[in-house]
Amino acid sequence: MNAGNPMMYVGAVGLVFIGLLIVIAKRNLIKIIIGLSIMDTGVNLLLIAIGYIQNRTAPIITATHADTAKMVDPVPQALVLTAIVIGLGVTALALALAIKVYEHYKTLDTRKIRGLKW
Amino acid sequence: MKAVLGFAALSLIAAVLAISLSQVPFGVDRMEVARYYLENGASDTGAANLVTSVVLNYRALDTLGEVTVLFIASLGVGAFLALRRRGEGSLPPASLIVRRGSQFLFPLILIFGAYIFLHGHLTPGGGFQGGAVIASAFLLMFLGQYEYSLSHRPLSITESLAGLTFVIVGLIGIAAGGYFLSNFLPKGSLLSLFSAGVIPILYVAIGFKVGAELAGIVAAMLGPRGEE
Repeated sequence: MNAGNPMMYVGAVGLVFIGLLIVIAKRNLIKIIIGLSIMDTGVNLLLIAIGYIQNRTAPIITATHADTAKMVDPVPQALVLTAIVIGLGVTALALALAIKVYEHYKTLDTRKIRGLKW
Repeated sequence: MKAVLGFAALSLIAAVLAISLSQVPFGVDRMEVARYYLENGASDTGAANLVTSVVLNYRALDTLGEVTVLFIASLGVGAFLALRRRGEGSLPPASLIVRRGSQFLFPLILIFGAYIFLHGHLTPGGGFQGGAVIASAFLLMFLGQYEYSLSHRPLSITESLAGLTFVIVGLIGIAAGGYFLSNFLPKGSLLSLFSAGVIPILYVAIGFKVGAELAGIVAAMLGPRGEE
């Protein structure tokens, strides 16, 4: 297993596409936001998978685990830490917009909201 | 029809992505900069958690940007949801067990969140995670106590003070070390609580800031509640 197993990539990209399909196909605004969130998770998983190195552990030094040659790449993990926070901000803002849309149109169905669906 | 078109477009993108990702081998060591961070992170920064050493020492300026993004998101949520009327339907009050249980758990969750952000340089976790846990304690109070409400002022004061702390620590870094957010405190011994220089200070600031912001977002989404 030197070249490694591409299933991690397939799973991560699969999540991105499940999310994208939800965003395109669903009519309910809450479901579209859930799709965005799933896409976000897929991208994070892809970054972490790219940073993974076979047979190595988390980049945290402990008393029993101090050999830095046996740790995975910390850079994608730091990047994903940022990406999760940004994703949270996006989700919160999208939900706030959905609340306002519901208050204005009394529906979350994108077909009934004029000027939203092409 | 639209779904079929969308599915076809997605398949096309997926094929392109699969071809390009097949050039990226899974699970091999490929980053020069990662090797540098792994080998020198602990001695450069004094943080045992090397992800933290990247987030709050090598790339601390980016983290300031990230905190700003979260701040703007919470600002946007507040701006959208500030002037809401009270909802027509009223929820029935929660049962005695839920009310007392949430009151009992609230301080414990706060302590757990504080533990997570105080130990961000030693164990998995940090300011963002600890702040999220603290906000979840407030969410529990909102769900468990019908008349519970957060006043806006203490939240915004906490948030502003925490953000100011981050920037002031960075400015002291300019005075002491020559560049923004340079480490001016002793690194201490690895694996002890008071180590890693400014990282624990920054993470405590981030923990308070994120906790206040997320609690504010939750409060804004739930809308006005409690007694008039």
